Amino acid sequence: MEIYDGEFIAELEAVAKRVRSHSITMIYRAGSGHPGGSLSGVDVMVALYFHIMKHDPNRPDWPERDRFVLSKGHAAPSLYAVLSEAKYFPEKELETLRKLGSRLQGHPCMRKTPGVEMSTGSLGHGLAAGNGMALAAKLDRKLYRIYVLCGDGEMDVGETWEAAMLASHYKLDNITMYLDRNKLQLDGPTEKIMSLEPLADKWKAFGWHVIEINGHSMKEIIQATNEARGVKGRPTVIICHTIKGKGVSYMEGSLHFHGKAPTDEEYKQAMKELGTADQ
Amino acid sequence: MTWKWESQREQYGRALVELGKERSDIVVLDADLSSSTRTADFASAFPERFFNCGIAEQNMIDTAAGLAASGKTVFASTFAVFGTGRCYDQIRQSVAYPKLNIKIVASHAGITVGGDGASHQIIEDIALMRVLPNMAVIVPVDSNETYKVIKTVAKTETPVYVRIGRADVPTVTDKDTPFEMNKAKVMRDGMDVTLIGCGIMVSKCLEAAEELAKHGIDARVINLHTIKPLDEKTIVKAARETGGVVTAEEHSVMMGMGSAVAMCLVENFHVPMKRVGIPDVFGESGACNELMEKYGLTMENIVEAAHDVLKRKK
Repeated sequence: MEIYDGEFIAELEAVAKRVRSHSITMIYRAGSGHPGGSLSGVDVMVALYFHIMKHDPNRPDWPERDRFVLSKGHAAPSLYAVLSEAKYFPEKELETLRKLGSRLQGHPCMRKTPGVEMSTGSLGHGLAAGNGMALAAKLDRKLYRIYVLCGDGEMDVGETWEAAMLASHYKLDNITMYLDRNKLQLDGPTEKIMSLEPLADKWKAFGWHVIEINGHSMKEIIQATNEARGVKGRPTVIICHTIKGKGVSYMEGSLHFHGKAPTDEEYKQAMKELGTADQ
Repeated sequence: MTWKWESQREQYGRALVELGKERSDIVVLDADLSSSTRTADFASAFPERFFNCGIAEQNMIDTAAGLAASGKTVFASTFAVFGTGRCYDQIRQSVAYPKLNIKIVASHAGITVGGDGASHQIIEDIALMRVLPNMAVIVPVDSNETYKVIKTVAKTETPVYVRIGRADVPTVTDKDTPFEMNKAKVMRDGMDVTLIGCGIMVSKCLEAAEELAKHGIDARVINLHTIKPLDEKTIVKAARETGGVVTAEEHSVMMGMGSAVAMCLVENFHVPMKRVGIPDVFGESGACNELMEKYGLTMENIVEAAHDVLKRKK
């Protein structure tokens, strides 16, 4: 099977590394943004856009395309970097993040950026929006699938659980949610701010098929997604155990970089670690 | 004047079922109030295109957004108090900002909800909706107009908030009266003063005009069904020609229809003006007519306001 091919996985990992580098560069240049949460979900997004999803950068509105909703909208830089790597728009445009007149808003805007499926940023909306798309697919007897990436901080939001009930009630087996379990939210560790555990049991109780993986392993992301595709009559959540700030040593597991751009020195260090110091 | 009183909700239900027959892209959402909002009529006719979201209005609005982003024309209904305030963030982020094809048709608006009391009597929904960019706001005047509004907004592709009531309302238009979105309707011509109403208050304006006529005062009456975008042309013309304006709405005088008219006139053509509406207070339980009286929404209140305006005219 191709997906277990070492070289293929290495290619995805190389894309992920570039996406991390772009994300940090964009935030550094913009002078603001959310590096920590941008980095933790990169691998899921890369696996989706470079292996899992049917999509066409030349036709962002292709009706048969799979849809991706970034519910944790503050990870916008990495979504933009992925979309640019996937050729939805030129890499050069990444420099415009958060700048006046840019198509790349601080949080995703579906009316401005090609490839962005839903405007997000206010947390806890993405799963419900994804459900709407999944209902539409069922109504139209279309086979496209919906993928939603949520942050674990969004598990605090009541609407997340309303949407969890709806997906289960309407047997939406065409939606898969990735839960970026990086265990940190703005004010501190999730378990200190608002206890989430036992998280897997909660989703099971809501009628979802639950898979837990290492969210930085391309192989595990792809395997879990394949498993989700085979589940009939109920939605699947893939709890991705991740590290906030993954890929930049001093950002990993750091609360400090939830919503702060790196300094000049920190930026240089990050580029060195991501192997793009020359760029 | 004696009126025939008819249900707006019934016409909403009827229009939805017709739309369902005509178009396969119409889907309807409700939040456990479908028998009250009358989306239940659509649910029985097209069960596969009706989604009850339970008592979860925030979830309903975001689900609507996903459906609209996938090419559906979505009608989402519940009581106005829950369909605006409770899910304001969802409407702002996922309906108005992305300018999606969602029609929020909210029933049980205003003080005429009656016995349920202040918790259910939303008197600030027009204010909440009209400050949102991309959102149109329509208050159908009666049952006939409700039907036409629903059929008309279904042809648009952008967000619309439609406000209807619980109680039957006086029928002031005919089945054949054309409805033109964004265009205020002059219901009665007059040159001395203009009475601008929306919803149930248009009938009170017409009654007030009759009363004023007895004293030789010739009042113009306008049905301002579309509060946003505002038909400034008709409003300014009326102000210019009559020299005084009274507005009447079943809504708080803070930032409702009257405020929209006042802002328009302050910037375009300054005339003496008075706003009839619910003062800046919450309502309470009571019968419709008792509440209308207590909170200043009667024909007499409009007549009095007209006299006040006439006194201030140069």
